[in-house]
Amino acid sequence: MAEILDTFFNIEILLRVLPFMLEGLGMTLLLCAITIPIGLAGGLAVAWVWSLKKRYVNWALVVYVDFFRAFPPLVLLIFVYFGLPFVGLDLSPFAAVAIAFLLNASSYYGEIFRAGIESVPHGQWEAARASGLSRFQTMLYVVLPQATRNVLPDLIGNTLEVVKLTTIASVVALGELLHAARLAQSLVYNPTPIVAAALIYLAFLWPAVRLLRHFEHRHLVAR
Amino acid sequence: MTVAEAIPPVPILELAGLHKSFGSLKVLDGIDLAVRPRELVFVIGPSGSGKSTLLRCCNRLEEPDSGAVIVDGADIMRPGTDLNAVRQKIGMVFQSFNLYPHMTALGNVTLALCKVQGLDREAAELRGRAALAQVGLSDKEASYPNALSGGQQQRVGIARALALGPKIVLFDEPTSALDPELVGSVLAVMRELKAAGMTMVVVSHELAFARAAADRVVFMEGGRIVEQGPPAAIFGNPREARTQAFVSRLSQGHG
Repeated sequence: MAEILDTFFNIEILLRVLPFMLEGLGMTLLLCAITIPIGLAGGLAVAWVWSLKKRYVNWALVVYVDFFRAFPPLVLLIFVYFGLPFVGLDLSPFAAVAIAFLLNASSYYGEIFRAGIESVPHGQWEAARASGLSRFQTMLYVVLPQATRNVLPDLIGNTLEVVKLTTIASVVALGELLHAARLAQSLVYNPTPIVAAALIYLAFLWPAVRLLRHFEHRHLVAR
Repeated sequence: MTVAEAIPPVPILELAGLHKSFGSLKVLDGIDLAVRPRELVFVIGPSGSGKSTLLRCCNRLEEPDSGAVIVDGADIMRPGTDLNAVRQKIGMVFQSFNLYPHMTALGNVTLALCKVQGLDREAAELRGRAALAQVGLSDKEASYPNALSGGQQQRVGIARALALGPKIVLFDEPTSALDPELVGSVLAVMRELKAAGMTMVVVSHELAFARAAADRVVFMEGGRIVEQGPPAAIFGNPREARTQAFVSRLSQGHG
């Protein structure tokens, strides 16, 4: 027992690496603050363009969404960061992460928003347009609030995935939490930092998962 | 003073040569109709006769294939027409109410006032409350649609149309989705509106209301206007056999 505690929950080691890991946590939070809004905004843009129902544009949109949902995000980030300089686009690590997540997350968020928008009855559009609201105003004030509410569980679920996906930023030398933990592990020859990282992730994601449960439950009840 | 003298001759809404097809189906096949100020025009006809499409072409919620739609003297089919501005003159009331479920009654009524007419919140709410008072729902301004009865929801729908200060209000089967005991409250509001001088076009099957309140009844079938005239003539002594058959069928149905 003492051996297990010493190996996986070594307090002494934990205290030594904690400042370093908190730096990693800070980077993870910063990455979330960048990638989640970018993904949401991109997804809204995808769904908005979709709602215009231009046939050829929507074909292109299907290709875009399908491609980036199928493409491995890690490879995508590597392509963006290490590939684009060859065509003259030198990107900072943050810019590369932003672009990779824009492409990847907007595809997922876009599909979710699209489903939400389609769940709003057509009569809502008609009432709003008949009263003189523009397409954009109708979307903003009438359709999106209802659409978002209808797909809130999916939005939260996808956001959890985005948070976990920020670990790939370590390949472009952004020392996020898991990267910091692995580095610490290799320095102290002990897996305690990894366990600590896992616990930190849990502490942040667990409440979100509970929230998701709450909304899913409410959703089922509402039906 | 006869009815004809009381109604000024210049129409508020005029449809000329209106055509509309869905694929190979001709829904409107050459409609000419002029609605004068303060007039209540009641449109009847079998389902699929094009009544609702006719109404929805008046504010271009449905795009006519050809023809003119003249609102308050301007052809709104002309390119460059500011449709959102025109729609401030044309209120519309829907069969299924189409209230915004995430907004209160007052929110429903004031949305377009704020976002289209550019009123500040205070001014919008002042007008919104007046409109809700007009339909007898002052005490419900903070209620969400799902807390209102069907009749109350439809009256909010009417208030939403009235708040914009329209010159004409279009009613698309306003009582068809209501339980029978709730129909009366909506018709009462419409009757008051008529008495206050509002110009109205009503698609409905409420013949008793048409007899009591309509200035003119239009009978449509197959995308055309078959016959029109004062309610007494259309219901009591129709010229066309088709009108007669429809009216007697409908009267029996409503027993």
